[in-house]
Amino acid sequence: MSILVHLLKKEFRQIFRNTTILRLIIAMPIVQLVVLPLAADYEIKNINISVVDHDRSAYSRELVSKIQASGYFKLNDYGNSFDKSFNEFQKDRSDLILEIPLHFEKTLHRENTASLLIAVNAINGTKAAVGSAYLSRIIADYNANIRSNWVPEPSMSTVPAIETTTLHWFNPMLNYPVFMVPGILVLLVTMVGVYMCSLNIVKEKEVGTIEQINVSPVKKSQFLLAKLIPFWVIGIVVFTLGLFGVARLVYGIVSVGSLLLLYSYLGIYLVALLGVGLLISTYSNTQQQAMSLAFFSMMIFILMSGLFTSIDSMPEWAQWVAKINPVTYFIDVVRLVVLKGSGFSDIVPHFVITLLMAGLFNGWALLNYRKTN
Amino acid sequence: MNLPVVPNVKPTEMQLFIAFVIKEFRHVFRDPKTLLLLFGMPIAQILLFGFALTNEIKNSEIVVCDYANDEASRKIIERLNASTNFEIKKANLTHDEIESAFKKGGVKLAIVFPANFYNDLVHLQSAQIQIITDASDPNTANTLANYAENIIMASRLELFKGVQPPLQIQTQVRMLYNPELKGVYNFVPGVMALVLLLVCVLMTSVSIVREKETGTMEVLLVSPFNPIMVVLSKAVPYFLLSIINLTAILVLSTAVMDMPINGSIGLLYLASALLILTALALGLLISNVTDSQQTAMLLSLMGMLLPAIMFTGFMFPIENMPLPLQIVSNIVPSKWYYIVVKSVMIKGIGIAGVWKELLILAGMAAVLLTITIRNFKIRLA
Repeated sequence: MSILVHLLKKEFRQIFRNTTILRLIIAMPIVQLVVLPLAADYEIKNINISVVDHDRSAYSRELVSKIQASGYFKLNDYGNSFDKSFNEFQKDRSDLILEIPLHFEKTLHRENTASLLIAVNAINGTKAAVGSAYLSRIIADYNANIRSNWVPEPSMSTVPAIETTTLHWFNPMLNYPVFMVPGILVLLVTMVGVYMCSLNIVKEKEVGTIEQINVSPVKKSQFLLAKLIPFWVIGIVVFTLGLFGVARLVYGIVSVGSLLLLYSYLGIYLVALLGVGLLISTYSNTQQQAMSLAFFSMMIFILMSGLFTSIDSMPEWAQWVAKINPVTYFIDVVRLVVLKGSGFSDIVPHFVITLLMAGLFNGWALLNYRKTN
Repeated sequence: MNLPVVPNVKPTEMQLFIAFVIKEFRHVFRDPKTLLLLFGMPIAQILLFGFALTNEIKNSEIVVCDYANDEASRKIIERLNASTNFEIKKANLTHDEIESAFKKGGVKLAIVFPANFYNDLVHLQSAQIQIITDASDPNTANTLANYAENIIMASRLELFKGVQPPLQIQTQVRMLYNPELKGVYNFVPGVMALVLLLVCVLMTSVSIVREKETGTMEVLLVSPFNPIMVVLSKAVPYFLLSIINLTAILVLSTAVMDMPINGSIGLLYLASALLILTALALGLLISNVTDSQQTAMLLSLMGMLLPAIMFTGFMFPIENMPLPLQIVSNIVPSKWYYIVVKSVMIKGIGIAGVWKELLILAGMAAVLLTITIRNFKIRLA
């Protein structure tokens, strides 16, 4: 036990001696946590629209002003040349073209039906689908207006209306930072843990000081534990700063669920995560190798965690990748506890899986660490 | 015996430079683990993310609370279930059970039909449906509510097919460039930009600082060699390796992921070369101003990974961001590259449409290289 205490003293001294790194691992997550959630707004709004109006009738003008008034669309250009608007479209200055054909108003009255053409830039499929759905709904609304002006009596010939009311639970204002801040905090804590931990042992290998440890009576488990504990503490500190300093003070997010529950999970999660870091460092000989491996795993951890894109939409094999990703579980837990106030019984599976991961990664690292070269 | 006369010729700058480039190549090739990662990483990532990532929200679990259980509600439920967006997990829940379903996670949306739904619809000409979302994820909540509303509206028309309303405006929607709304069209260019940028910054950011740490920098600096050449020779191997990586990525994305290359390949390589140069210059700059590999790596990894993901524009639309962040996004090189790749590969636009973005990338590379060379200290400590 006393060996471990001495080793820990050494580790902490080394960490506190390098103030540049210490400042970086505190300041970079905090700054990013303040700024990045503001950028993570998925809602499709400010869709730039080009209108090609061949009709120039009272109807077409009314439709255009209705589109502008909706708040979803910004009129990029209004004219009567499709080529001109298509040019804007190609340069990405508009996302959508609405073409109103010649004699639109007359046709509608004479033939009782008329059509409009919408062209959408579909490279971003979701934006295209949502944008065209908004526009179709505005047109349907406009259509109902015209109809009620001309067909005053709601006769049996109209289609009955289904009204939908949407309730957004847990976050009624659809406040984006509330969702993103806890998620991004998880990513930042994860990065600090994996990077610092994976680089640390390798640095001793590169500098050669690991030889001195290897010839000493220090046990493998003691050595790894001494490497793990300091970064565990740093992880807790960074998470706390983020949760209280940024999430609460800057964004006003207060956890609905129990903090004790959140921190108990965090404790286990950090052990699992630092296990990944230790594992990387036992497989690398140089800091460059460790860093490449850490970067590779981090990209997968982040992009396959379900924070930015939905896991349910992935193909099945990719969902399995997401399932063996520890970050997936922490993001889930943070959301469940902080936003929905779920209790321990709701997140038992998360605890079990993370505990298993902690055992697996650390056990593997322990087996793979050799005191001889 | 006459000794051969050794001509006292100094090697030219060019010969020296080539010698240094060869030295750097040796460094790279001597470490097969890193080399393997350097090639394996981009390929694995393009494949993994190209297939896995999509903005679309599919197969979301929903629950239904059907107090009506009549012709109309069953029809709508059937249509919801048939859509690829939804998967009905439990039907006929009571209102109280919805909250516990949300708290367990997994379920994203609940739909409530009131009693007498069809009756109201036929006799009162209108009826209500309640959609409840789990808005702890507002993106998904909003999108799914939209999907559900669209399906309900479509079912309504189908329920009352016989009725032909007067003055009907029809809309024809054409999805250009990506009629099947495939996710790869958005994500492959994005991941390309991300991977090329980060791998290059990462690799060069440790290059100079490693020689500082191991002490070999001292030797290089006392040699009669121009110190600027020391810096530049570090970038050459990674430039060539990145071009090879790019080729592999392009082959994969066209052969495996059905990405088109509608524009000129030369233009694509030009843009990529500019992005790679910018990234290498940035990496050299980081390497220059730091004094340990750890600091350099933290700066390039922690400092750049999330900002690059968010500000490239493939994850979150930049026009949605608050104005100050839109301005910040302009200094992220991968944003400009992403615009060029989309335009050239998918839209088939020529140089006339993307010269501005190319110029910006070239400007960034030039500025960063100048700062690096100016900042290069020929004395350590």
